[in-house]
Amino acid sequence: MNSTISINNLSKSYGDVSALKEINLNIKSGELFGLIGPDGAGKTTLFRLLATLLLPDSGSAALCGFDMVKKYRHIRNILGYMPGKFSLYQDLTVLENLNFFATVFNTRIEDNMDMIRDIWVQIEPFKDRPAGKLSGGMKQKLALCCALIHQPKILLLDEPTTGVDAVSRSEFWQMLKGLKTKGITIVVATPYMDEANLCGRVALMQSGEILSLDSPSGIIASFEKDLYSFEAKDTYQLLLNLRAYPFVNSVFLFGQSVHYTDVRDVVVLSDLKDYLKSKGQDHVEIKQIAAGIEDCFMALSQQNTVQK
Amino acid sequence: MKRFIGFLKKEFYHIFRDKRSMLILFGMPIVQLLLFGFVITNDLKDVKMAVVDHSKDEYTSEIINKITSSGYFKLVKNLDGIAQVDELFRKGETKLVLVFEPDFGQNLIKGSKASVQILTDASEPNMASLEVNYLQGILQNYNLEINRGKIVPSQITPQTRMYFNPNMESVYMFVPGIMATILMLVSAMMTSISIAREKEMGTMEILLVSPLRPLQIILGKVTPYLFLSFINALVIVGMGYFVFGVPVLGSFALLMAESLLFILMALSLGIFISTVSDSQQVAMMLSMFALMLPTILLSGFIFPLRNMPVPLQIISHIIPPRWFIVIIKNIMLKGAGFEFVWKETLILIGMTAGFIGLSVKKFKIRLE
Repeated sequence: MNSTISINNLSKSYGDVSALKEINLNIKSGELFGLIGPDGAGKTTLFRLLATLLLPDSGSAALCGFDMVKKYRHIRNILGYMPGKFSLYQDLTVLENLNFFATVFNTRIEDNMDMIRDIWVQIEPFKDRPAGKLSGGMKQKLALCCALIHQPKILLLDEPTTGVDAVSRSEFWQMLKGLKTKGITIVVATPYMDEANLCGRVALMQSGEILSLDSPSGIIASFEKDLYSFEAKDTYQLLLNLRAYPFVNSVFLFGQSVHYTDVRDVVVLSDLKDYLKSKGQDHVEIKQIAAGIEDCFMALSQQNTVQK
Repeated sequence: MKRFIGFLKKEFYHIFRDKRSMLILFGMPIVQLLLFGFVITNDLKDVKMAVVDHSKDEYTSEIINKITSSGYFKLVKNLDGIAQVDELFRKGETKLVLVFEPDFGQNLIKGSKASVQILTDASEPNMASLEVNYLQGILQNYNLEINRGKIVPSQITPQTRMYFNPNMESVYMFVPGIMATILMLVSAMMTSISIAREKEMGTMEILLVSPLRPLQIILGKVTPYLFLSFINALVIVGMGYFVFGVPVLGSFALLMAESLLFILMALSLGIFISTVSDSQQVAMMLSMFALMLPTILLSGFIFPLRNMPVPLQIISHIIPPRWFIVIIKNIMLKGAGFEFVWKETLILIGMTAGFIGLSVKKFKIRLE
């Protein structure tokens, strides 16, 4: 079957707040697709709409060709959904949880072992432990198992790695890559920009809109400006000084360094150095770097705000 | 069917692993029944009594003997005059004072009329009137005794018999009332909390996305509590019978069938409550305040309905336990058959259908 997702002009608002503004999106069969954006970008609303939990104000969407509103029963059979909040039964053990979701979908764990084996081997040692007593990473693995137990065609994962340690995060992404080979269409929402590189294609979202839709490398390639990284002792003062520079295009804090773009096509670094020296910052390290997804997101979101 | 059994299994895990719900389910009925049965009793026993005997003859001592040997009263003090009574009542040393007039015996024989005065501490009005009634009864018996064989011109002698509860035991009233309260609380509160918990924990989101239908979810939630509440009904009737001697004069099967109907009604009410509350706390508050107080106060469980102001009497009609209490009192204490309770049964069936209809209509297949 063709496990596609097609979204047309989908809008949803809660009272006066519009959470999604005419979203258009087509996700191909077997794709590992990332929805990247900060909290409040509308990722969860989009997922709940796709999971048939909410009704749209306008627009439509179809999963595997089934209309989200009219054929919601069909969709509920072929969809694996993992909400952002851990939503399994905390007082039931790992095995009981998995068994319960298997029976809900009229199937058995044994029949679907192929699908979940890679994940199951990691949580099997804890199978008699109540789900509420698992670590954050284990909880997410169990939730993924439960969402996969009925061999869904489409898998929706809402921030599966939020609140999970770095090791478990990378393990989790390994699992998703494994699942992709089984032909499941996977949509992952995440606030972590670094995870975007692990997806086939990503949509950068902000305030209910899609800012950009491309492969991670495509998005990075669309970053036209030269990007410079500045490092100094007093990073905050550096940020303030750069913001006050007459030719500044954008300047953002990135951990210990400050990422800077200029409005001019040709940047004379010695001018900048002199400028900073005049402000009392002598030892500034400047180098040109390649843009990352986060730089692109920042640039796009700045553009978006300016346009308004 | 397999889905349903899987769901039931999960529900039983929830119930048996949660100590709090186990306590409410099985501890509360037993404790409440024992409390109401033993502690709150309106029966008289060893009421402290004092006597002011101005006559001190064989008649007065015989009367005092009769009173103390009844078991209802205990003589704690002999007073010299009526002046001490006030202080005695204030101290709470006695609840009742019996005053014989001077020359009581002589007046009784010669003048054929003697007076005795009963003084009582009416700060507890119900008890005071009960005590006076009992005492008057004993005096009346004595009256009959000394007049035996004599011709008394035109006198009415009432012969009373208490039907359905010959010894006026209050536990007869409490067992049906507690049964209604407990079944109502356990069924309605527990189901509403357990559905609200799914919403609060976010698991309802997953259940909704699954192919489970609303009816399957509701039935899966209700069945365990139907079963457990039925056990509760058995325990309450059993304890009433074996511990307090409350009889089941009518058909036991009919009693249990009516209980099942009432449980079903309470369960559907619980589901209805859960459809309008999003958290366990709200569900609990709603069930507590919307169900517990009216069940106790307005169902005729403790306070007779006919003495209430008319507006409250009207409100009492929509309180399901009111009808259930009538049904079980009729079956248990009066031995009545279905022909005497069909009207109330019909009302309960109507309420059940109403709540189920409302719940199914209000049960959301989505999040909003």
